Amino acid sequence: MPALRPDLAIIAANVAPGARVLDIGCGDGALMAALRDGLGADARGLELDPANVAASVARGLSVIQGDADVDLADYPTDAFDYAILSQTLQTTRRPDQVLAELLRIGRRAFVSFPNFAHWRVRLSLLWGGRMPVTRLLPLAWYETPNIHHVTIDDFRDFVRSRGIAVEGAWFLSGDRLTSAAAANFRAEHAVFLLSRSPAGAGRG
Amino acid sequence: MLDDARFGLNRQVRLPGPFRLDSGAVLPEIEIGYETYGAPAADGGNAVLVCHALTGDQHVASPHPRTGKPGWWGRMVGPGRPIDPDRYLVICANVLGSCMGSTGPASADPATGQPYGMRFPVITIADMVRAQAALLDHLGLARLKAVVGGSMGGMQALAWAAAHPDRVEAALVIASAARHSAQNIAFHEVGRQAIMADPKWRGGDYYGTGDPPAAGLAVARMAAHITYLSEAGLTEKFGRRLQARDAKSFGFDADFQIESYLRHQGIAFTDRFDANSYLYITRALDYFDLAEDHGGVLANAFRGTRTRFCVVSFDTDWLYPTAESRAIAHALNAAAAPVSFVELSSPFGHDAFLLESPELFRIVDGFLRAGG
Repeated sequence: MPALRPDLAIIAANVAPGARVLDIGCGDGALMAALRDGLGADARGLELDPANVAASVARGLSVIQGDADVDLADYPTDAFDYAILSQTLQTTRRPDQVLAELLRIGRRAFVSFPNFAHWRVRLSLLWGGRMPVTRLLPLAWYETPNIHHVTIDDFRDFVRSRGIAVEGAWFLSGDRLTSAAAANFRAEHAVFLLSRSPAGAGRG
Repeated sequence: MLDDARFGLNRQVRLPGPFRLDSGAVLPEIEIGYETYGAPAADGGNAVLVCHALTGDQHVASPHPRTGKPGWWGRMVGPGRPIDPDRYLVICANVLGSCMGSTGPASADPATGQPYGMRFPVITIADMVRAQAALLDHLGLARLKAVVGGSMGGMQALAWAAAHPDRVEAALVIASAARHSAQNIAFHEVGRQAIMADPKWRGGDYYGTGDPPAAGLAVARMAAHITYLSEAGLTEKFGRRLQARDAKSFGFDADFQIESYLRHQGIAFTDRFDANSYLYITRALDYFDLAEDHGGVLANAFRGTRTRFCVVSFDTDWLYPTAESRAIAHALNAAAAPVSFVELSSPFGHDAFLLESPELFRIVDGFLRAGG
């Protein structure tokens, strides 16, 4: 099996075997295929790009072409054990509503995103006075799909204010795990495992 | 080749009745014209049923007996193609009500020995599926690895999965819909009225005359043919260009290329199709509404199904637009069925499903192989 992107590898390592999983923005289906083949998961996908949908279907995966901003409403409540949104939150029109949908459809949600407070981003803005173009944010301001940049601290605040429980958090720098302590400064991207409320934070 | 006369090209079988229809009518027996390609696996687990569209036939990948033209889906079915007879036993049957070897209005009514004409009972998409199921029983095929169809063929694939969830492992629905819209019905009604307005139609009893209602059927085909193309495609292919002349004739000849093209399409169609069959099959399409049979909720048609589904639409198809396919995908999702859906881009409108489409081929190939 080809190596997964680091944030996807973290997710794959923390999904329970045999789980029902919805991968939103599933790309070419790499994570879904890993979950299916490695964990016997029942994985479904939602993906905007038709070429990526075709690639996923050609891998034998069940993927629906659609838009996270619009089409999540059509999924039944509690349909999945996990809803996964990897590197997609910052591209949605209403990240708050998408997150609410994730935790309606799935009992738990994995969310990964590039951290806009990483020191390289800060340097670019502080010293260059320019919107950053980095390894994880490779496109210039006028062509990037990232329309809602978010930092790790922003995200922590947000889930706290919505009463969403954090069951796990992983921070990556140079594709290696880094500590939670200075994550907002040092981490290039973050992976959060969320569940609906603190009351539901116990292991299911 | 197989040493079994039930398999091969240009087959026909008479299946004893009574054959009960949705309308309540009963056919005493039915005949089915069909073809098979490839050989059944030892466990019979490699059968793929291909369902044809309104004016299609069983010659999916073999030359048409009347026109000599290559099979209508030779791009999809054949050696090295996504539905490969080296891998699958491919079955394609002429639908009930048609005119290429299956029982329809042109067939003789056993009670009178005369052609049924308009005394033939109205049939439905579900009736077509019943006839195909009877054929598969005859062939000894208990299960289908997949049922595949575009347009009306996709409706049969949906109806198959709804009626026989344990018999269908996978259903592939291309450029199709779970019901006929008012606009779909409207275009069909124009076609039917064109046939019935032709004095040669004679209330459907034209078979002995040697003079069928070709003009009416040609107009029906012309109107329908427009719905199979896209405006952009028509503009690109014909624009306002004139046909074999330098100036407008100030008359009613086919001045424009598009007129000439449509007239040709209409006339060519009458050589290979029966006007009454056109009436009956368009009626079957108009009556199709899979949700209606399940309390108005499409998802209920697929509750508890283990069938895998793949739904494909084309962005320029205005006959069965993407919204119809999306509605199918949503219903399957709500029923927790494993479903894929993709809208492919093509300039060719509804007909895109019949044309060369590497992306479609990749999807069909992957979807069929995924079943193991």
